[in-house]
Amino acid sequence: MGTFIQLVVDGLAMGSVYGAIALAIVLVNQSTGMINFAQGGMAVLSAYLAFTFLGLGLPLIVAILLSVAASFIIGALIERFLMRRFMGRAEDTQVVVTVGLLTLLTGICGWLWSYNNLQFPSLFPSSAFTFLGAAISWRSFGTFLAIAGIMVLLQLLFRQTKLGLALRAVADNRQSASFAGLPVGRLLMVGWGLAAALGAVAGALVAPRLSLTPGMLDTTLVYALAAVILGGITSPVGVVVAAWLIGVLENLAAVYVPIIGHDLKIAVPFILLFVVLLLRPQGLFGRKTVVRV
Amino acid sequence: MTLLEITDLTAHYGPVQVLHGVSLSVPERGAVGILGANGAGKTTTLRAISGAVRTGGQIRFEGQDLRGRKPNEVAALGIAHVPEGRGTLGNLTVKENLQVGAYLRKDRRRIQQDIDHLLELFPNLQERYTSNASALSGGEQQMLAVGRAYMARPKLLLLDEASLGLAPSTAKTVYDAIRVLREETGVAMLLVEQNANLAFTIVDTATVLETGRSVLSGTSAELKGRDEIRKAYLGG
Ligand SMILES: Nc1ncnc2c1ncn2[C@@H]1O[C@H](COP(=O)(O)OP(=O)(O)O)[C@@H](O)[C@H]1O
Ligand SMILES: [Mg+2]
Repeated sequence: MGTFIQLVVDGLAMGSVYGAIALAIVLVNQSTGMINFAQGGMAVLSAYLAFTFLGLGLPLIVAILLSVAASFIIGALIERFLMRRFMGRAEDTQVVVTVGLLTLLTGICGWLWSYNNLQFPSLFPSSAFTFLGAAISWRSFGTFLAIAGIMVLLQLLFRQTKLGLALRAVADNRQSASFAGLPVGRLLMVGWGLAAALGAVAGALVAPRLSLTPGMLDTTLVYALAAVILGGITSPVGVVVAAWLIGVLENLAAVYVPIIGHDLKIAVPFILLFVVLLLRPQGLFGRKTVVRV
Repeated sequence: MTLLEITDLTAHYGPVQVLHGVSLSVPERGAVGILGANGAGKTTTLRAISGAVRTGGQIRFEGQDLRGRKPNEVAALGIAHVPEGRGTLGNLTVKENLQVGAYLRKDRRRIQQDIDHLLELFPNLQERYTSNASALSGGEQQMLAVGRAYMARPKLLLLDEASLGLAPSTAKTVYDAIRVLREETGVAMLLVEQNANLAFTIVDTATVLETGRSVLSGTSAELKGRDEIRKAYLGG
């Protein structure tokens, strides 16, 4: 029982990270119709920025918050000066652009900070606490709580504020939004900025566990895309739940299903995907719209 | 006093020119119709005013040149646009659609009063107030589109085929409400309609477009009396 709870909490922590990247992808997709394959790459750049701020002697939390703010600006600028040129173009063009951006960002990170593993400190102590006989690491629990908290804040932003209403309106019908006086261009920048900031939090929380490299989130991106498809791209809550499910199941399967083990656990989300999409093509929670990745 | 003055308007979609010289004017508190067959350029004319298509020629609103302004800037000057196809924000509730309409307003208390007033005018929307707008019927979505535009408290309302696809009785409900809003607020209107009979229940004057050109204009009474108008737009 102890091991089980431990595995679940660790799984929820990794699932939260997948969920944050997945939510960033949904945020961008709902406002621009694009799938941003560079979302993970942008989060890695954010983690390197935090690492650099840390190197300047700033406290960890300040370094992370600064990197989140910087990421917001970088995300907004990427929308304004790169993505906007490709809006409304063929989907394969957009895929090429974001995959190209991913490659570019990975290259920039490798060039500026090298391809070696860098140690990134954790916000949370490396100790554990005991709950129902299970030793639960503060890192896992803290990561889960932090990202769950941010998701609640995002939900409040979207449901309870005028800015959130404006962002949803632009995502829903750009023309009607602009006819009602909403500054569509600026709101698209805010959407990309928020997505980048969310990715930055995820990057900083997972970097201690994965250790910082330019390709740190490549696998996470794959899991996040799986969560997006599984949860249904129109359902932010569904996407997060799917991400948790993936995180927990891969952890459990690695331990309890002998043929899977740690080497094959990346197959878990895809088996899950396969089964779910056979039964419910629109994802677990999504509405029926066509999702092309 | 002239509120909106359009002179020799031209517009292209890519290399194809679709407006070749549209001229019309809307007086303050006036209601002007644009009539014309499918593809004549009625929608494009309204989109040009809203800054959604680039144009040549002149568009002046309260003396200011509108050309080169973005749609949200045009809206901020006091022009609300009920687009062809209703432009429903389907994932937003009826309430949120109306709030989006009021986006540029600061007078929060009046916003709620205006919402209450609209709901009296459109009791259907009252019943669906907290449902997603995508669940509404076509007629209800059209009422919502008019409501969204009204919530901006515009000086000029652009209405694009508010009767499209509606049962006659629903179309009449929508137009009755538009007439009430006009009487209450004195908002000026530029109204595109295929159904000229409906248009003539509201407009004082109208312009006829043919393949992107204004070919005729006059008061409702004059136009109704002309044979070619009766044949083309009034069903004989
Ligand atoms: N987005 C577009 N791209 C290319 N051509 C268009 C577009 N929208 C309209 N058109 C063309 O422009 C002409 C005028 O269209 P429109 O203004 O919609 O006419 P109306 O509203 O009077 O039916 C038509 O020939 C139509 O085919
Ligand atoms: Mg039209």
